[in-house]
Amino acid sequence: MNSETVLEVRALTRRYRTSSEPVLDGIDFVLRRGEYVAIMGESGVGKSTLLNLLAGLDRPDGGRILFMGQDLTALDDDALTLLRRRSFGFVFQAFHVLTYLSVRQNVALPLELLGVDAATAAQRVDAMLAATGLAGLGARYARELSGGELQRVAIARALVHRPALLLADEPTGNLDPRTAASILALLREQLRLAGGAGLLITHSEAAAATADRVLRLDGRSLMPLPRSAQRA
Amino acid sequence: MTPTAIAWRVLALAQWREQPLRVIVTVLVIALGVSLSAAVYLVNESALGEFGQATRRLVGEADLIVRGGDPGFDEGVYARIARLEGVRQASAVLELDVALPDQRQTLPLLGVDPLRAGAIQPQLLGEVGGSLFELFEPDAVYLSAEAAEWLGVGRGDSFEVFVGGGMRRLRVIGLLSTEAYPRRLALMDIASAQWLFDRVGRIQRVDLRLEPGTSVAALRRALEPLLPVGVRVVEPSLERDRAMTVTRAYRINLNMLALVSLLTGSFLVFSTQSLAVLRRRPALGLLRAIGLRRAELQRALIAEGLLLGGAGALLGVIGGQLVAWGVLEWLRGDFGAGQITGGEPPRQIDWLSLLTFFAMGTGVASVGAWAPALEAARRPPAMALRAGDAEPALAPLRSALPALLLLALGIGLALLPATAGIPLFGYGAIAALLLGAVLLVPRIAGVVLARAPAPGSVAAALALARLRGSLGQSTVTLAAIIVSFSLMVAMAIMVHSFRESFEQWLAQTLPAPIQWRVATGNDTASIDTVDQTRIAALDGVQAVQFQRSLQVLLDAAHPPVALLARDPTPGETRPALALVGAELAPAPGQRRAWVSEAIVDLYGAKRGGTLTLPLGGRSVPFTVAGVFRDYGRSTGAIVIVRGDYIALTGDTSATEGSVWVAPRAGVDAVAAALRSVGPRPGFIEVRSSDEIRALSLAAFDRAFAITYGLEAVAVAIGLLGIGFASSSNALARRAEFGMLRHVGLRRRDVLAMLAAEGLLISAIGVLYGLLVGLGLSIILVHVVNRQSFHWSVDLALPFGELLSVSALLVLAAAATALLAGRRVLRGEAVRAVREDW
Repeated sequence: MNSETVLEVRALTRRYRTSSEPVLDGIDFVLRRGEYVAIMGESGVGKSTLLNLLAGLDRPDGGRILFMGQDLTALDDDALTLLRRRSFGFVFQAFHVLTYLSVRQNVALPLELLGVDAATAAQRVDAMLAATGLAGLGARYARELSGGELQRVAIARALVHRPALLLADEPTGNLDPRTAASILALLREQLRLAGGAGLLITHSEAAAATADRVLRLDGRSLMPLPRSAQRA
Repeated sequence: MTPTAIAWRVLALAQWREQPLRVIVTVLVIALGVSLSAAVYLVNESALGEFGQATRRLVGEADLIVRGGDPGFDEGVYARIARLEGVRQASAVLELDVALPDQRQTLPLLGVDPLRAGAIQPQLLGEVGGSLFELFEPDAVYLSAEAAEWLGVGRGDSFEVFVGGGMRRLRVIGLLSTEAYPRRLALMDIASAQWLFDRVGRIQRVDLRLEPGTSVAALRRALEPLLPVGVRVVEPSLERDRAMTVTRAYRINLNMLALVSLLTGSFLVFSTQSLAVLRRRPALGLLRAIGLRRAELQRALIAEGLLLGGAGALLGVIGGQLVAWGVLEWLRGDFGAGQITGGEPPRQIDWLSLLTFFAMGTGVASVGAWAPALEAARRPPAMALRAGDAEPALAPLRSALPALLLLALGIGLALLPATAGIPLFGYGAIAALLLGAVLLVPRIAGVVLARAPAPGSVAAALALARLRGSLGQSTVTLAAIIVSFSLMVAMAIMVHSFRESFEQWLAQTLPAPIQWRVATGNDTASIDTVDQTRIAALDGVQAVQFQRSLQVLLDAAHPPVALLARDPTPGETRPALALVGAELAPAPGQRRAWVSEAIVDLYGAKRGGTLTLPLGGRSVPFTVAGVFRDYGRSTGAIVIVRGDYIALTGDTSATEGSVWVAPRAGVDAVAAALRSVGPRPGFIEVRSSDEIRALSLAAFDRAFAITYGLEAVAVAIGLLGIGFASSSNALARRAEFGMLRHVGLRRRDVLAMLAAEGLLISAIGVLYGLLVGLGLSIILVHVVNRQSFHWSVDLALPFGELLSVSALLVLAAAATALLAGRRVLRGEAVRAVREDW
């Protein structure tokens, strides 16, 4: 693994008790610093399972996941959690914005968990709100926001602590095409500014088209999708 | 701020913002449980503290006490004891409960030799010092401040007392401070007391101080052969504890009842926190995903429970202290049963006790919060983040084995005897059965719901399907209902059974229309044969029955037992008794005795066996002819035929009796004539049996008023549990309701579905709660009650009460589900289907 590699997955396998066939079987791939990769696939092919494994939210049955050279499969739950706190950012299809916190409080949450001092945190939250087009909305609550605005809050929260890896699971699945396009552009731009790598799970070709490269997951393999197919 | 604190702040904020009323009520329920427990404890401690101080003053520094029953013993024994080697100081005591005009209660009087008693009871006699010689005057008496206030007399005043069938006057020469003796007491020279109360040559007690190095056991062995029949050597510690032992069972039961409300509060916290965890499942998943460790999340959720418990406990201890002050100030420490009275509002706050109750309140709340917190922390974040993951991980509970083991343990514990007179295993049995029953809920609910017939209406079918699919949530809802309702049912059945048995007992033991007695428990007033003849000859009197009551000491380890020498009921061969089981047929030349159930439990007496009683200065064997119920005395009573008593003792006096009225005579006229018997009107207290029944039942209800109050609390907590579950469910299911509205269900269809769910789940809870409550009541009636008070009770079910409370709970469940649904359905259906609203 060279210093440019953020994530390296080797022979990753995951099976569920409910099925004799593994969901993921011997998956390999590499994600490099600053790279933004989209993973596509049919429903039920194991995209979210793969994302959960990469995030340390689930345990593989075989294979290894190396994040910045560290084997995630060898870490215990606490170590994985601390790694997520420090180095990962998440964006979900269902937004998961905490309804009882204001926009500002939602965005500040990762910084609070990291123990960033209040003044620095306030500066970074302000900057992130401005960058995600939420300036002036910091005091609002989820019920006062549109779907696009909620996903902007989620993006701001995912990137405010400048994670090394952003994991986005169908971030535009609940949005109309126009809002989705603006959200994807924002995600890409903010990820570039933060300097992290990103992994986008989607079945939207439009969303995948914003990535540097696209991989197709069919359960047994993660194959690069030719540029021509991406545009089709 | 630590991650745990951040998570705690976020979660607590969520609870508060979403359901402030629920938070407030949960806090108040904990506060109620803590305040009840604290108040009961503080009042009992205060009253017992005063009682204990009084007993310590009376026992003083004695190393051993020689004690006889009511008739006392010859003072010659005192002289023999005093001469024994190893006895440094001996002091003879005459103890009497003196009857007074116009007073239903008696005045405890102590006749002592002031010169000797000063060495043994220095704190009691210390204040007499200056008037020592004045105390030797024949009518001189020292009164405690409490007694002087009660009688309305001061130094230099005099008051009358009943002696036999006449009256004597006593002169107050001084007052003992509350510090010297906190309760009612009169102190006299022993010789004056013996003369004044016709007890010349008789004493009740000899207090002994031993030479240093003397073996108590050896002296005891030396003493016993010198003692007459019925006189025993008692350890002072036993004497000090005896008064407290008498009320111990009552006090512990009261404490247990108060703790029940705390326990149900704990289940409410469990239910509140479980449903809160379910409702916030995605938020908890998010916190885990963005870096909150499992232990941090668990700590934050337990801290949430601790905050609820802490706030409730703080309010509770403040409330408990205030209630305790109120009960001591205005009710003299009596919770209704009259078992413990006295005690002053404490001048100082008992911080240690309050801190303990605070810890108990927060402890039970954190125990209630622990299980949901553990479950939430263990839930994989990836699953928690998924929509629809609102089912608690209660899969382990679906195994019936732990529940069945607990039920078996409960039954096993119920079969064990009391420990030191306390039904500890009985309480353990109740806890095990209750927990086992709750753990069995998922299985029971699963079976019942699976077998429920398919309903005709869409709303009802949806309700049934929803309950089948969310068995875990249903279990949490049911647990709170079942715990509070089954405890309420158990208490209701126990009290109803006791009341029914008590009423039946009153009818059996009051066969005559009129009852009379001299002051209860007194040692000085009685009716002689002249007055007995006068009573029998009164106009309108058809028949009479006399009784002589006294106390005998059968065993130094137990309190004295009531010996009731009673005439046979007219036309019968024995007195009327509420017999339990068969009676032994009379045999020629056999003296028969009937014993209360307490004598069976405490002294091992049995039907057909022999019971030896100290009568007329000798041990007299009696054959136990039968066992009777006695709800009047839990320390034991023995009934013998008065003719036997007179033949053995020569004592023809009577202290109470029954009067049958001639057919055409009026009860009131006969009662009025009876009241004129004795040295002055009111010497004997006369009541009709109907009046006694009414007064006794009123006293019963007063004694159990606190139980009724606690039952009401249990029902209220059950209702709150249902209300909370409904509102939580409704809030958590906004998206589902929106979807149902989208697919074409009318608002009223959704509401009908909610009402059907409420009805179904609460009906299961109530029916199961009834069954569990019935099981618990059997333990309460046949184990806890019997072991605590030594009397049996027949199980009787209050069908009307149970039916109405069951109906109330089921209807309330449907109504709260409807109300919660209406509130949630006020929003737009379109908005409701969105995830983040």
